[in-house]
Amino acid sequence: MISRTGLRLSSVITAMFVSQSAAAEWGLNMPQGVTEVSQSIYDLHMLIFWICVWIGVLVFGVMFYSIYKHRKSKGAEPSKFHESLTLELLWTAIPTLILILMAIPATSTLVKMYDASDAQIDIKITGYQWKWEYDYLGEDVRFFSNLATSKDEIYNKQEKGENYLLEVDREMVIPTGVKVRFLLTAADVIHAWWVPEFAVKKDAIPGYVNEMWVNVPVGKEGIYRGQCAELCGVDHGFMPVVVRAVSQDDYRAWLAEQVAAKAAEAAAALGDFSHEELMTKGAEVYASRCAACHGQNGEGMGTVFPALKDSAVALGDVQKHIDVVLNGTPGTAMQAFAAQLNDVELAAVVTFERNAWGNDTGDTVTPKQIIDARNQ
Amino acid sequence: MATSSYYVPESSRLPIGTSIGLICLAAGAGGMMNHSSAGGEGWALPHLVFFVGALILAAVLYNWFAKVITESHAGLYSAQMDRSFRWGMGWFIFSEVMFFAAFFGALFYVRQWAGPWLGGEGDKGVSHMLWPDFVYSWPMFNNPAGADLPGPNAIIDPWHIPLLNTVLLISSSVTVTFAHHALRIMDRTRVIFWLAATVILGAVFVYYQILEYIEAYQDLGLTLDSGIYGSTFFMLTGFHGAHVTIGAFILFVILIRIIKGHFTPEQHFGFEAAAWYWHFVDMVWIGLFFFVYIL
Amino acid sequence: MTSVVTSHEDGHHGPAKGLMRWVLTTNHKDIGTMYLWFSFTMLLIGGAMALIIRAELFEPGMQLIEPEFFNQMTTMHGLIMVFGAIMPAFVGLANWLVPMMVGAPDMALPRMNNLSFWILPFAFGMLILTLFSEAGAPNFGWTFYAPLSTTYAPSSVTFFIFGVHLMGISSIMGAINIIATILNMRAPGMTLMKMPLFVWTWLITAYLLIAVMPVLAGVVTMMLMDIHFGTSFFNAAGGGDPVLFQHVFWFFGHPEVYIMILPAFGIVSQIIPTFARKPLFGYASMVYATASIAFLSFIVWAHHMFTVGLPLATELFFMYATMLIAIPTGVKVFNWVSTMFRGSMTFETPMLFALAFVVLFTIGGFSGLMLAIAPADFQYHDTYFVVAHFHYVLVPGALFAIIAGVYYWIPKWCGNYYNETLGKWHFWLSFIGVNITFFPMHFVGLAGMPRRIPDYALQFADFNAVASVGAFIFGFSQLLFLYIVITTIRGNNKASAEVWEGAEGLEWTLESPAPYHSFSEPPEVK
Ligand code: HEA
Ligand code: HEA
Ligand code: HEC
Ligand code: CUA
Ligand SMILES: [Cu+2]
Repeated sequence: MISRTGLRLSSVITAMFVSQSAAAEWGLNMPQGVTEVSQSIYDLHMLIFWICVWIGVLVFGVMFYSIYKHRKSKGAEPSKFHESLTLELLWTAIPTLILILMAIPATSTLVKMYDASDAQIDIKITGYQWKWEYDYLGEDVRFFSNLATSKDEIYNKQEKGENYLLEVDREMVIPTGVKVRFLLTAADVIHAWWVPEFAVKKDAIPGYVNEMWVNVPVGKEGIYRGQCAELCGVDHGFMPVVVRAVSQDDYRAWLAEQVAAKAAEAAAALGDFSHEELMTKGAEVYASRCAACHGQNGEGMGTVFPALKDSAVALGDVQKHIDVVLNGTPGTAMQAFAAQLNDVELAAVVTFERNAWGNDTGDTVTPKQIIDARNQ
Repeated sequence: MATSSYYVPESSRLPIGTSIGLICLAAGAGGMMNHSSAGGEGWALPHLVFFVGALILAAVLYNWFAKVITESHAGLYSAQMDRSFRWGMGWFIFSEVMFFAAFFGALFYVRQWAGPWLGGEGDKGVSHMLWPDFVYSWPMFNNPAGADLPGPNAIIDPWHIPLLNTVLLISSSVTVTFAHHALRIMDRTRVIFWLAATVILGAVFVYYQILEYIEAYQDLGLTLDSGIYGSTFFMLTGFHGAHVTIGAFILFVILIRIIKGHFTPEQHFGFEAAAWYWHFVDMVWIGLFFFVYIL
Repeated sequence: MTSVVTSHEDGHHGPAKGLMRWVLTTNHKDIGTMYLWFSFTMLLIGGAMALIIRAELFEPGMQLIEPEFFNQMTTMHGLIMVFGAIMPAFVGLANWLVPMMVGAPDMALPRMNNLSFWILPFAFGMLILTLFSEAGAPNFGWTFYAPLSTTYAPSSVTFFIFGVHLMGISSIMGAINIIATILNMRAPGMTLMKMPLFVWTWLITAYLLIAVMPVLAGVVTMMLMDIHFGTSFFNAAGGGDPVLFQHVFWFFGHPEVYIMILPAFGIVSQIIPTFARKPLFGYASMVYATASIAFLSFIVWAHHMFTVGLPLATELFFMYATMLIAIPTGVKVFNWVSTMFRGSMTFETPMLFALAFVVLFTIGGFSGLMLAIAPADFQYHDTYFVVAHFHYVLVPGALFAIIAGVYYWIPKWCGNYYNETLGKWHFWLSFIGVNITFFPMHFVGLAGMPRRIPDYALQFADFNAVASVGAFIFGFSQLLFLYIVITTIRGNNKASAEVWEGAEGLEWTLESPAPYHSFSEPPEVK
């Protein structure tokens, strides 16, 4: 009985693994990915998987045969044998050989993955609680990438979109057909940058740099999603990675666009903003960047994350407030936002914090004040 | 019959007392540290818990050892029991070895890998891009964070106090062995003499160690927070110093017991256990002298 | 070398009455009982936390708890299960069985034995109380990687550190006691190679404990110093390295996982021969295999760190060393199967759990081997595939072996048989529940679901719902276990001395229930 049901079950499972389309739809198996490396890893994975399945069939086969045949209720008489050097040697030697067989492709794949030489583009990736910073070394392009899914979706107040939790405000963009090297580090705790379709995963260690690389083949342009894969605090589950692979021409166009946009932003900061404008913008920035730690309503969280409602800093000296937000508080989770937000956003969020939730200072902080603070 | 039986003690208040002492000590210490790290000053409840715990622990352990000594005198311990104690002590010392191994391991790791990587050498030398001004050397006078986290100005010269301390500890291992020989032939005066010498050597070692720490803190800028050099230096030498202190105290207790006429040439495991411990502490020092001070 | 108990007051008359019996006892059986009840309590508490986790993960979105509390649950669940449920259960079994199996009157150091136990309730009490503190409980995972557990930790981390110190002291003393008992208290004629395998596996486990618990103490001490005294062990700014933490932690952590499985191997090796009515196949090779696993466990730790950016040569070394462990473990599996082959099998509850152990542990071992392949681990690491792996080796592995052991020896302990029908119900519910819970985790893991997340993308929804349902089936089945144990203790279905038809070993020569002091006169072993 048991073995027959077992057989049927295993054939179902086998079918699920074999028919790729079913597996992909159901999200059952490791993705094959789009790169040469991801394909070798997938092949390796399937190789070990099948070896294990066959060893399992063999071992459990003998076991279920004994359970079926050599049961007392069927009148089986126990034999007395309890030793065999030959057998022991045999079942030491055969697994050893199998393991060697596995080790060979594993080694060559690993060597390939470790070879980050000859990359044409270097991108420095820095993990923060809970966002990624992408710095295109040698270009004047550097930005942060935050979760774009709204709190309402997360808290079930709004229907969840297709890419729930796997969408960001600004994607990383890389060209296809080119070896891109990533230099990975972190600013606070350990994070891990992972895109399954590239089979690229590595830990971002604060104070150290890890290297990894990807070469997306031409023709595989598209959007690739992943997540932070190392526990990094409260919002570890809300720290997606999104990469857009584009053709080399599109990539160059994108770079130019970024540089132009940055200049436009700097010019805009010199304009005038009303208190209301700043408050609206500030509320947005606060919700997306600050609320994770300081609470939706500035109430803080636990003992580590201070409340901003009625806080001495938010009600006190403006310069001090700007300073904390620009430069953070070293050695705590309060990071420097100078590089993460532009002048308008910074001015807006500080204005907001000084006037929201009953913090009625009436202050308006302008982008110019931020620029001055930056230049000190 | 007494000597060939295995003694199973009756139920006892000692272990639960020890547990209560330990938890008070641990909870108190935790509370104290959190209190002061949060900027709190002066005394607070955790301090009270801590000291109550320490008192309980001291009282219970005193009674425990007293009880063991009484039982031993009453002839309740057989040769087999003695072997249980030996296995127990032996494996306990092994656990201590592994504790120190963790810190030695950290030291080797930092010197062999982490330091050079931060300085731009080896497999992860790219890390240097984060610390462009950092040049690796050991002893690490300059930390990667440079001015924000200053390193020590100088380090302890191995050929002064540490060398002296090496001589002190090695000779104390010799004197304790002399004491053991004397005990085997039951020459009580000589046992007392050599054991007292051992305790004094240990105490002098601790004294010099304190002088060394004062020098490090006051003159050399070598402190716990002077980067990884100070961290490994103080943790290794500090735990060792604590072990010397405990070892010397145990030997001192043994000395008093000798003076009171305890132990026989055949049965003196208390003495031997203390001596084993002392030799172990000595071996750790040799390791420290080479790997922390000289190399 | 005769050994007779000389004990005062309660000596030959059995235990004192009331609560103080348990608080003050020096008796290995009383202490074993307390360990087992403590462990079961922790299983329920840790299990309840797992059920909270599974309830939140039942569907996408945050519904029941906040992410911060989720992290605390994950952390406390891991810590409580590992240090509170599995390890004390094995120590409890060792306390009950080792003296009986080697023919000793009691453990070698009875008072220290009591101390080892009574540290635990206090230590875990302190740890669990942090849940109610303002700062909240530890939230950095049971592996507490720095600097999340140092610079960025809630202040309860200090109590966590001291709690770990206390557990370490308890484990080391317990292990010393077991080693001394095994090496010094064996009845005449009980040579090492005649010891039951449970005793062997515990001897080796105790050695592992003494070797690695101090290293854990060392690493939490470094954390304590980094947090409160300004050292730089895990801080690159001062020349330290966060990865140093992981090396030291896993030097402890990997042997730790074998600490949680070797005694389980021992239990299964006692049970299978009994119900196959055939001596264990390859006794000597079982001993050598256990020793090899213990040896290898010291040189594989970095397989938990394949993605931290180790140099290539290091990566390769640890991959090869890890793969090697499959060989001695395979020897064990093959020996168990050969023991069953041409035996005369019956399927009482202990045997059912033991058989499930063999199959499901091996499946967990296979996924372990897949993880050991470094390049593939870049895809598996920190996903639910890992969670599936270690629950297969821990739940139907370690936990099933413990449950099997309880069913197997409980007639000896309290003199009554358990209810076989209910036992079978417990088995089938657990077996089905465990697979529904943990098998789908392989799928979501491979499909890319990271571990330690309170909320997940939509494509993982179906299998997570299945797993959550399974978890509740499995969890509530354990209440049936509680019921069975209590009715057995209270029952009067008297057990014979031998209990099982095919059982061999000194413990079965004692009457049921076993006398308060196991062997007052050492038995002769031929
Ligand atoms: C009881 C506990 C236990 C046991 C026994 C094991 C056993 C093994 N484990 Fe597991 N492991 C854990 C508990 C355990 N593990 C835990 C708790 C974690 C996660 C920690 C955390 O991060 O929180 C973990 C994580 C873990 C990782 C890290 C994964 C990651 O984070 O990326 C790896 C990688 O190599 C690994 C490998 C192995 C291997 C190779 C074995 C081997 O011992 C298995 C050997 C057994 C077999 C292979 C089956 C039987 C053999 C045969 C039938 C012979 C023939 C077989 C062949 C030749 C294929 N384990
Ligand atoms: C050591 C053994 C062990 C055991 C036995 C278990 C048992 C279970 N584990 Fe555990 N688990 C770990 C060790 C263990 N786990 C470890 C080490 C981790 C890693 C932690 C980390 O990432 O840091 C982990 C992580 C972990 C996760 C991942 C969490 C995450 O990544 O965020 C999940 C998710 O499903 C999970 C589920 C379960 C379930 C459903 C059970 C079930 O088997 C539980 C069954 C439930 C019961 C037995 C309880 C019965 C109770 C009741 C019915 C209520 C009555 C209650 C009272 C009266 C108080 N575990
Ligand atoms: C990763 C968590 C985190 C995020 C995100 C964060 N903060 Fe903070 N913040 C902290 C912590 C922790 C402190 C306390 C630092 C200390 O201990 O001095 C803090 C302190 C502050 C203070 C000083 C309050 C006081 O009473 O000391 C202000 C003002 C502040 N943050 C503003 C902001 C703003 C504006 C943002 C978003 C643009 C933000 N924070 C985002 C963690 C965070
Ligand atoms: Cu960042 Cu997890
Ligand atoms: Cu491991």
